[in-house]
Amino acid sequence: MNWGSLAAFIAMGGYGTYVWGSFGVTVLLIAIEVLLLVARHRAARRQL
Amino acid sequence: MNWFKYSSPQTFYPLAGRMVPLFFALAALFAIPGLYIGFFVAPTDAQQGESYRIIFIHVPAAWMSMFIYVVMAFWAGVGLAFNTRLSSMMASALAPTGALMTFIALWTGSLWGKPTWGTWWVWDARLTAELILLFLYFGFMALQAAIDDPRRADKAGAVLALVGVINIPIITFSVQWWNTLHQGASVSLTRSPTMAATMLTGMLVMALAFWMYSIAASLLRARSIILERERNADWVREWREAAP
Repeated sequence: MNWGSLAAFIAMGGYGTYVWGSFGVTVLLIAIEVLLLVARHRAARRQL
Repeated sequence: MNWFKYSSPQTFYPLAGRMVPLFFALAALFAIPGLYIGFFVAPTDAQQGESYRIIFIHVPAAWMSMFIYVVMAFWAGVGLAFNTRLSSMMASALAPTGALMTFIALWTGSLWGKPTWGTWWVWDARLTAELILLFLYFGFMALQAAIDDPRRADKAGAVLALVGVINIPIITFSVQWWNTLHQGASVSLTRSPTMAATMLTGMLVMALAFWMYSIAASLLRARSIILERERNADWVREWREAAP
């Protein structure tokens, strides 16, 4: 276990902006891609 | 086993439909332990502190950005050589996910570069070649979108994709051929890895998660492309009448 508290986990030893900026944007973009893919497939089926 | 059984859109569509949830589940199955190892098992880096944890998405995304390109060019080439329409559809389905992986690699690399190198961006060989990879994906998608006839779009895209493959070894060997700010490879096939075992494990598990995700996303997009292009084919009409 690396972290004594939740605050320490969020702070990431002072690199929180960079680490969470990386993980956050990655998760966000992947979520957007999944939503777009599902919407596209639904639309493709609807328009048959 | 007849390997060509699933080479037509008609047989591939339901097969992909069964594979999409499977590969999304596998992606989650690898991402959970991967993130756990990355944040709770892997120790703090002696030189970079906690900033190095970006590696757990940066390297998997960068690997996938190159791997997807090679697979995309392969299917585009097969489509060009044998005129098989499903191959070309698969190439088109891979491009946006490949572009996403490339963007994630660049984005996380930038956020990692600032605290470790003191700059968001530098025009070194590795970074520039990866940016060119992003433009190759964009070029492939834009070219296909600009041509109305799908089969002609497939052929034009295939030529671009195949020419662009030259960029992949340039990215791979850029850190050897040129003096780059980007570090050399920590993981290679010929040497033992130059990183802690738990860090390496976390990175490889996350790479598997990204790989499984890329397969799931590409197959789901391929299903949409099949329906969009085969709208007027007999099998789609029959399938629609059988299961509305």
